[in-house]
Amino acid sequence: MSGKRVALALALLALLTAPFWVGGVYYVNIVSQILIYAVFAMGVNILLGYAGLVSLGHAGLFGIAAYATAIALSAGLPHSAAILVALIATVAGTAVFAVLALRATGIGFIMITLALGQIIWGLAYRWISLTRGDNGVNVVARPEILGLSLASAEAFYYATLAVFLLAVAVCAIFVASPFGASLKGVRDQPRRMNALGYHVWGIRFCACLFSGLLTGIAGILFVYYTQFISPQSLSLTSSAEVVLMVISGGSGTLLGPLAGAALVVVIKNVASAYIERWNMLLGAIFVAIVIFMPEGLVPGTTRLVRRLFKGRAARAAEDARP
Amino acid sequence: MSLWLLLAVNSVTLGGLLFLLSAGFSLIFGLMRIPNLTHGSLFMLGAYFGASFVIRYHLPFWLAAILAGLLVAAFGGLIERFLLRRLAGSEQAQVLVTLGISFMVADFCLMVWTGDPISVATPPGLVGAAHIGALIFPIYRLAIIAIAVVIAAALWLLLDRTRLGAMIRAGVDDPQMARVVGIRVSRLFTIVFCLGAGLAGFAGMMGAPILSVYPGLDADMLPLALVVVILGGAGSLPGSLVGSFIIGFLYNFGQALLPELAYFVLFLPMVLVLVLRPQGLFGRPVT
Amino acid sequence: MGIRVNRRKFLAGTAAVAGVASFPMPAIAQNKPVKIGLLTVKTGPLAAGGVQMEAGVVTLLKQRNYMMAGRKVEFISADTGGNPAGAKTKAQELVERDQVDVILGPLAAFELLAISDYVAESKTPMLSLAAAEDVTQRKPNPYFVRASATSSQAMKPLADYAAKEMKLKTVATISEDFAFGYEQMGGFQQVFEDNGGRVMKKLWPPLVTADYTPYLVQLTGVDAVVQGFAGSNPVKFMKQYSDQGLKLPVLGGETAGDDAQLKSFGDEAIGMISACPYTIDLDTPVNKRFIADFQKEADNLPGFYAAGLYVNGQVVEAALKATGGKTSDRPALIKALRAVQLTETPRGPVKFDHFGNVIGNIFIRRIEKGKDGKLTNRTLKTYTNVGQFWPYEEAKFLAQPVYSRDFPPLKS
Repeated sequence: MSGKRVALALALLALLTAPFWVGGVYYVNIVSQILIYAVFAMGVNILLGYAGLVSLGHAGLFGIAAYATAIALSAGLPHSAAILVALIATVAGTAVFAVLALRATGIGFIMITLALGQIIWGLAYRWISLTRGDNGVNVVARPEILGLSLASAEAFYYATLAVFLLAVAVCAIFVASPFGASLKGVRDQPRRMNALGYHVWGIRFCACLFSGLLTGIAGILFVYYTQFISPQSLSLTSSAEVVLMVISGGSGTLLGPLAGAALVVVIKNVASAYIERWNMLLGAIFVAIVIFMPEGLVPGTTRLVRRLFKGRAARAAEDARP
Repeated sequence: MSLWLLLAVNSVTLGGLLFLLSAGFSLIFGLMRIPNLTHGSLFMLGAYFGASFVIRYHLPFWLAAILAGLLVAAFGGLIERFLLRRLAGSEQAQVLVTLGISFMVADFCLMVWTGDPISVATPPGLVGAAHIGALIFPIYRLAIIAIAVVIAAALWLLLDRTRLGAMIRAGVDDPQMARVVGIRVSRLFTIVFCLGAGLAGFAGMMGAPILSVYPGLDADMLPLALVVVILGGAGSLPGSLVGSFIIGFLYNFGQALLPELAYFVLFLPMVLVLVLRPQGLFGRPVT
Repeated sequence: MGIRVNRRKFLAGTAAVAGVASFPMPAIAQNKPVKIGLLTVKTGPLAAGGVQMEAGVVTLLKQRNYMMAGRKVEFISADTGGNPAGAKTKAQELVERDQVDVILGPLAAFELLAISDYVAESKTPMLSLAAAEDVTQRKPNPYFVRASATSSQAMKPLADYAAKEMKLKTVATISEDFAFGYEQMGGFQQVFEDNGGRVMKKLWPPLVTADYTPYLVQLTGVDAVVQGFAGSNPVKFMKQYSDQGLKLPVLGGETAGDDAQLKSFGDEAIGMISACPYTIDLDTPVNKRFIADFQKEADNLPGFYAAGLYVNGQVVEAALKATGGKTSDRPALIKALRAVQLTETPRGPVKFDHFGNVIGNIFIRRIEKGKDGKLTNRTLKTYTNVGQFWPYEEAKFLAQPVYSRDFPPLKS
């Protein structure tokens, strides 16, 4: 287990010192993006990995947070008020989302969330008086924290990193808590949990709210990062992309979302500068993950590393086990 | 009023096209419980292949469509045999691999056929419109209805009346038992996937004279297929047929009469149906 | 065709990642190349236009041997993916990592709006095709130059032509449900109604519409149909239009009748009138040479997107000549860009107003079958000296709201 701790400590160190070794402001921004999408992916992972519910509509919730922030700011609200409004709006929206979507599970859940995401996307396009349609809403300035402006890439990165680490900590507590255990129980054996007296729907509903909260936080970070929000960010493609991040990184793990987010963001933004067919590359990587590491990048890599470092005898014993 | 009549007829024709689009998805999902998210890309791939056969190699339209369907079916078989088979039951991995393949197919099409849209001429004999009184109905679209009905009937016959169909249904209901009685379930699944993929490719070419062929066709069509299948009841072919026509009506009358709600005419009813009846209109109730 | 590594050298990129970019560089300003960045779309539904944009720039650079005003030109092309977040990231890449002197592009209005503030703050001159009106009107970007047209710039002369030469009295408009559509149709409506015409109905199908029939059946009771579809939608629309048996004349905008897309149409497009800042049949030596060189580069005919970027490149070249090749003084550079006046471009003479928007020709042309059996555009009339406010006075135009779905309103 200590190997894992060393790896985590190294990773933390790398993240804390990132602006010094990534090689320029542009790459600091890339890492910020990775962290923002990682928080988004963690939100989706709560449902996908721990509750067993695949949502193809989370970009809608992401968008509610981003739009609420942008609209509140352009209405003249100060940053703290805008963020609060956005969080409340997102959780309220998630509650409605959950009440409708939890009528079904499995493919039904996927489809209802897809439809709800599309409806929110349509609203972003049509409700022009509120959202300005496809012209989008600009965010003029980033907030200041304790007098320090977040306008620079490095400052924003550290703020994002702090939020990300907080989100990881909260998720870790969540997963290890009795509620997290009951959620996993509901995922694996809903009927038994019901028989044991657990309120299955209630547990799923609370998980949805938590998921929505994380997604909302990501949306707020996103709109401060790009300083722009338009309906494109709420599209089905966006929802699908974050689901792919979670699955490819390893659903049901704490750091899987980070790995998946890093994979997609790096290929989309960095590799695309060198490879014209980066879309095909991304697709090929997904297929390769399914073939070689179907449980995801993080569990798969852990498994590989563990096998590499074990003695040959121990490996043989492991293979001989039935 | 003539507007209503035109919309009504177009509802049926659009329904026919939607059935052709979604039949393959419904088949695969209904029988194999795999949400084949590559479906839109297979539709687009069939359209591109068919367009090339007609424009570059001057093949007749119907031959091009069938060849396109066969090519896509073969491709589907490869996907099933080498990728999907090892993922049985793992829904998340299926989503990942089907979406990954759809990215690759979409980029492949962009690479080969470039980004310019391709218009496919309506097959000779079906060009033009039928004039009934003051109303005008494109003949090709009326033909689509006929083709949709024929295919629906053929699929029903296959599943309900042939030995192959019985074996498929057995393999779906209880694969272990089916294997015990000697049914080669794995091979059947490959056949079903080929059939579903082939239908998608064939439908792509059928739709090409109406929709044209362009990058992004896959992303435009996949949600429609999903709406039809889910509304009709995933896995039920009669459900898909009825679902197609219902969507056709919603689409036509909704867009014409409620243009402010054009974005919501399909998804709002879908949410309503799923909330009230999660299994769709014709699906089996989920316990 | 495997995975193709593009213009950017892979080693240079790795070096940058390793931190070489932070090493101090000696100040040999005049020997440093001029860096021109391009924000284009090479993947997804907008790819056709994006590929044309890049080819247009490359055609010019090859003609000039990658030299402008005595300096070497380094060209960096970035694929935004056709979405605002991607545009922002790539704009940051060009400005922060590659430190370009000038940005060409982006393609779409929604991309431009996402990066406009950022690019202006970084004082990087940007020459785009994106047609969003307010970027040179009510919310002007001081570092912006547009050598193509605003959304309505070509539609207003079209309306004039429709009313005065075609003697049309009533039209229905149909265009996609987004800002580019609203602005095109708004401009048409205002000029058309000022000339005695009347827009009877305005239809707005969503950007992604598989079947236009619910809208097509409403195109009745008018003299003509005006459409402004973009991307690959014009091909789909015209096919469905003719299949539905509609015979009314069709008037289109710059994207609807784009020369580069004509090869995708069938015979149903013959007779469509369109208005565009560029036309392929403009018989000048510079246009002929542009077309010939472009065909060698892209194996395709150039259209609105390619010509737009070629002209953008010419404007950059002229500005560089005016500043003596200097790019370090950005305010001087943008001043020089906006002061450019050219006569020898593929679209004819261009100059700019004080917002940085072009004043130039608008061509009204009709799609016809050429002698080689292929579809081509034939110019019917050329409107000269058309600026973004034409035919209105600037103050009056700016006083009214930007064209939207409800402005101008339908006369009841």
